[in-house]
Amino acid sequence: MSAEATSDRMSEVSKKFGISPEDYMLPARHMINLLNPDGSLRPESEQGTEPGHEYPLPSPARLMEAYAALVTGRRVNDQNSALVRQGRMAVYPSSHGQEACQIAAALCLEENDWLFPTYRDTVAVLTKGVAPMEVMTSFRGEWHCGYDPKAYKCAPMSTPLTTQLLHAVGVAHAAKLRGENTVVVAMCGDGATSEGDFHEALNFAAVFNLPVIFFVQNNKYAISVPLSHQSAAPSLAHKAVGYGMAGERVDGNDLMALMAIMTRAVRMAREGNGPLLIEAHTYRMQAHTNADDDKRYREDSEVQAWIAKDPVTRMKAYLDDAGLLTDQVVAKIAEDAEAVAKTLRDGMNQDANTDPRELFEHVYSTKSTQLAEQQAMLADELDREEA
Amino acid sequence: MTATTSRVNPNVSAATARAAAKAASENQPVTFGKALNTALADGLVADESVVIFGEDVGTLGGVFRITDGLTARFGAERCFDTPLAESGIVGMAVGMAINGMRPVIEMQFDAFAYPAFEQVASHVAKMRNRTQGKLSLPMVIRIPYAGGVGGVEHHCDSSEGYYAHTPGLKVFTPSCVEDAYLMLREAIDSDDPVVFFEPKKLYWSKEQVDLEQLAQEYEAKKSAPTEGRARIARAGSDATLITYGPSVSTAMEAAKMAAEEGINLEVIDVRSIVPFDDEAVCASVRKTGRAIVVAEAQGFASVASEIVARVQERCFHSLAAPVLRVTGFDIPYPAPTLEKFHLPSAERILDAVDQLQWEA
Repeated sequence: MSAEATSDRMSEVSKKFGISPEDYMLPARHMINLLNPDGSLRPESEQGTEPGHEYPLPSPARLMEAYAALVTGRRVNDQNSALVRQGRMAVYPSSHGQEACQIAAALCLEENDWLFPTYRDTVAVLTKGVAPMEVMTSFRGEWHCGYDPKAYKCAPMSTPLTTQLLHAVGVAHAAKLRGENTVVVAMCGDGATSEGDFHEALNFAAVFNLPVIFFVQNNKYAISVPLSHQSAAPSLAHKAVGYGMAGERVDGNDLMALMAIMTRAVRMAREGNGPLLIEAHTYRMQAHTNADDDKRYREDSEVQAWIAKDPVTRMKAYLDDAGLLTDQVVAKIAEDAEAVAKTLRDGMNQDANTDPRELFEHVYSTKSTQLAEQQAMLADELDREEA
Repeated sequence: MTATTSRVNPNVSAATARAAAKAASENQPVTFGKALNTALADGLVADESVVIFGEDVGTLGGVFRITDGLTARFGAERCFDTPLAESGIVGMAVGMAINGMRPVIEMQFDAFAYPAFEQVASHVAKMRNRTQGKLSLPMVIRIPYAGGVGGVEHHCDSSEGYYAHTPGLKVFTPSCVEDAYLMLREAIDSDDPVVFFEPKKLYWSKEQVDLEQLAQEYEAKKSAPTEGRARIARAGSDATLITYGPSVSTAMEAAKMAAEEGINLEVIDVRSIVPFDDEAVCASVRKTGRAIVVAEAQGFASVASEIVARVQERCFHSLAAPVLRVTGFDIPYPAPTLEKFHLPSAERILDAVDQLQWEA
């Protein structure tokens, strides 16, 4: 796409909102936030914050669906952390505190839309529909990816930072060439925005005008390095304008705001308006992983302050006030979350039983002579062990 | 000429014109570059999921003109330019391959591919494995490589060792016009990612090859697959030169000079570095009892080292002398006026032949 075409597209979009292209592309002056920390609706929420940055409130049914997923997500994080302590899993990067981001990223997509997650996005992957034990195959140390990415339209959880953003761009480009109406959400953290592939992915997506939503979970730390040492930009969302796409800042602990902003972003992308960058402000409540000691780089008071902004209690308060959470509904949601946790406990308590001979099966489409020889050697070792 | 005749005499049938054009093409030698260009075009015709992209491959037709005319013939959706970003090109290809396409991408020059190495090593090579075979990445990464063309810094690296060392990748490098066509067609059709190394110094080399016939043979699968198959470039009985890509012509030159001294060298062109043809290589060494591995890349921890080790392990009792290497020195690729001192020459190969412990 030429610079002129990009500019035409921007003019069209900005006309739609009655604002200049620059105002459309620049994030709203304030972070998009619909619910107060106590769960009350902010007075300006109904109208949005500024022209061009107006968001429809999600329907009660939609919010209930999202809340149920949120409760399950929190339960899954807690269960997995417990399983690590019990020695059932080597490592688990918890997204405790970030669950609202995870739910919104996955729930706003349709079945044929793709999700590109990172290693911390277990809850998003579950919400996309991947079976719980298939999600955990990797953390269990059994195989690097335990699910069929094509079947779920969910890429393997990427350990290398930011590289998967380019794959998201490629999936979107292939879909566009074939005339398929696919939207792709590519997830990454604040640290990932410093990597070179972040630049290349955003630039490619904008130049080719692709329906990709870059969803940045700014949880304030890349292991120990704080955001202030990661970027000197006014905000991570501001980076979007440099590529010719719109950027938005949203309260990443406000599920309602996330659902509203993501729903609009998906619609915009699907209508051919090109990529968008969304920066969700949230906080990693626990250490990077169990191998990390977060007391070395942040004060406990800082962590405690974020408890007041917890996405689960905030959403619960709103739905309670709205009279949507009857005892029966609360019990059902808790029961469903517990069922997922039980699946994880039961699955993790079983011994892994992958056949080591399979190591050689998925290197190439056809096994080379050399790999067949090495496979036979291992098989022989195993046979002698058993004998 | 044919066109002019047709205009003057409208009675000349189209079939006659085609026959004349074919006869003319049969008489015309074909360049290595043209064979690659034809393979790309035929690949685009054969499978609509094939797409070609990279920097300068569209309107310009590639800096070496290997993609010349493809955008005009197939449209900008099938052959297109990207922003200048190697990691972006490879990473986007990964996504397109995940979503059902067969990308054929160009890295323009060997050392320009290094920014994309993370994508290649972490994702291209591993996607099939990490997903237990659920996702395959049928893609070709074309890398013009090696020296002998007076290139400036970062334009002459022999980087095949990095890729050959990475499980999950196939690594091909043709050394003749026929292979340029056949191996690129095979690479495009492969269900695995192929790093396809094109020796730059061969782009303008010409041979008498009938590309149309070659295409028909390929379509009918009459020709033997080149993947995992070494080629006997010259049959001989006294010693084996094992080599590939740009060094094949140097080895052939050395063999010709040795023949004048009464030594009959066999030259094996490895063709497909990964997968590797142990059988053909070892059969030759067992026959001759002596072997030298020739490659442009620096010798330390190289493809050449690997071949030497494999031959020693498998043919030890057939060997009359240690297996030697003639490679580039263990230095960064030198500036153009000095490259002739670095590159393995026919003379250097013959010096090694002299060391093969011949009986008096």
